[in-house]
Amino acid sequence: MSDPVLVAQNIGMSFGGFVALKNVSVSFARGKLTAVIGPNGAGKSTFFNVISGALTPTAGQISFDGRDITGTPPHLFARMGIAKSFQITNVFPELTARENVRVAAQALSERFQLFRNRDSYGALIDKADALLTLVGLGARRFNRARELAHGEQRSLEIAMALAADPKLLLLDEPTAGMSPEETREMMNLIARLAEQRTIVLVEHKMKLVMGLAEHLVVLHHGELLAQGSSDDIRNNDEVKRVYLGQGAVAVGGRA
Amino acid sequence: MTSIDLTAPRDQPHWLDVASRYRVALTLAFLVIFPWITPYEALAVNILVLGLYALGFNLVFGYTGLLSFGHAAFLGTGAYGCGIAIVSYKIGWFGAILIGTASATLLGVVMGFLAIRTRGIYFAMVTLALSMCVYYAFYQMQSLTGGENGLRGVNLQTISVLGVSLPFINPTVKYYVILAFVAVAIWLFSRILASPFGAVLEAIRENEERARACGYDVARTKLVAFIISGAFCGLAGALNAIHLSIVPIETLHYTTSGQVVMMSLLGGMGTFFGPFVGAAAFLLIEDVLAMLTSHWQLFVGIIFIVFVLFFPRGIWGSLLQWAERK
Ligand SMILES: Nc1ncnc2c1ncn2[C@@H]1O[C@H](COP(=O)(O)OP(=O)(O)O)[C@@H](O)[C@H]1O
Ligand SMILES: [Mg+2]
Repeated sequence: MSDPVLVAQNIGMSFGGFVALKNVSVSFARGKLTAVIGPNGAGKSTFFNVISGALTPTAGQISFDGRDITGTPPHLFARMGIAKSFQITNVFPELTARENVRVAAQALSERFQLFRNRDSYGALIDKADALLTLVGLGARRFNRARELAHGEQRSLEIAMALAADPKLLLLDEPTAGMSPEETREMMNLIARLAEQRTIVLVEHKMKLVMGLAEHLVVLHHGELLAQGSSDDIRNNDEVKRVYLGQGAVAVGGRA
Repeated sequence: MTSIDLTAPRDQPHWLDVASRYRVALTLAFLVIFPWITPYEALAVNILVLGLYALGFNLVFGYTGLLSFGHAAFLGTGAYGCGIAIVSYKIGWFGAILIGTASATLLGVVMGFLAIRTRGIYFAMVTLALSMCVYYAFYQMQSLTGGENGLRGVNLQTISVLGVSLPFINPTVKYYVILAFVAVAIWLFSRILASPFGAVLEAIRENEERARACGYDVARTKLVAFIISGAFCGLAGALNAIHLSIVPIETLHYTTSGQVVMMSLLGGMGTFFGPFVGAAAFLLIEDVLAMLTSHWQLFVGIIFIVFVLFFPRGIWGSLLQWAERK
């Protein structure tokens, strides 16, 4: 890979005695959509937490844009350009949709500004509204986040992650708990976003990402099982074995 | 009233949104006429000063979501700082108020630095423990603080304001002089809440993990909020010292920390005007019940429990919610 945006080398993560990640090495190509797949409990979210800074790995190294960023305090990741949407909706429930996105966007410039009115930063409000419109929530911007439907909150998650103008956008199961209709819309949105951005997407339903993702990474029991193109993964015997028994997930899902 | 200005879409702004925009002017207008509707002026001054104490506390409790059980330390340090400056160092009243406020702010830096990384019940415990250390420190410095007798002789007969001498003994003069300080504090407080910094506080209260993921330094933001809160409470303490002419050692007692929690819950945490409503309610309940029964503390406790269980938004918060639905 010529120009990786993020490189994870030999990542290990243990919780007490439990090993959630073991020796995982992956590079993410700039400008591409990569999918991280694997059955439930494979360690996908843990891996995301490590590369988004929420967890410091117990072993290994992460570099971003060629710089070693292992152990950087979590709040600096967003400012460096790594933003994540959460698998379990994680927004500011009592704030409006607009304020959720506005405050996320404000983080880029925030320098303990105590005496200006937040509304005087009109550009931030415009940006929040534009992002809400992009994810289909334009009409809901004055509603509190807790008043939004589940699917809408998932979209809000993405707008908040986008507000940081990330160089690398991490989406952790954005379709979790969505109806088939909502899932389709979400995948369309992701495809649109992927045209101009570097995205890494976690998904345990392999079918959804086959064809969409240019590169796939398969985790299993905390280890890297395989990586490659859709075709490589589809024809990989080990992957087939892992996903067998998970009846619903057709490995050969149409691209 | 800040909880209102971010709500559902409306063709015309709700009158509460408009009211919220003018919250400083409205609060001040009310406080200007307030002494004329209270039974006696000393009560009005008490409510004003304790309302400011609750306002400062509300910054960490209501707006940032941190339950401190040590805010008596700020009220007390502000009061002693101001009182000692006047009694022992013969410093002018205005300078003494600034010294009291600055001392509490400095204490906020120290206490905040030690406490801010703990959360929930641990934060409450650490702040409580630190405030008890402050209590004993002042208790021990007898020659300066008067120890258990409290600091006496913070008497201001007349004060000079821009060369004009005013009879501070006169309750009306006293009320409006103190209101001048409270007014500036209220205006500053409103500015801070409306600022980007205020937005971060709300975000932290709503969801600390997400605020961090957005890129905010949560610990540092909380520390700054804690220090600012200490400054406001210290100013309240300094004003209380010149109001009462003495600083009772009880000012630093942990029950004073408990009082401000009660006032906040009674008034409505995270509302702009709630602290003043809470202070008024608390003092009136205390006054009335103490007249009726010697077991008044029991009844205060019961009223408090009723509020926590059935009106968690407090008096002002519940009124706002009711008006918002209209
Ligand atoms: N904070 C934690 N403490 C202990 N165990 C954890 C923690 N987070 C995740 N795990 C465990 O690590 C494993 C991988 O979890 P996770 O990364 O959430 O999987 P996935 O997202 O692939 O479904 C699971 O067995 C989970 O129970
Ligand atoms: Mg997961």
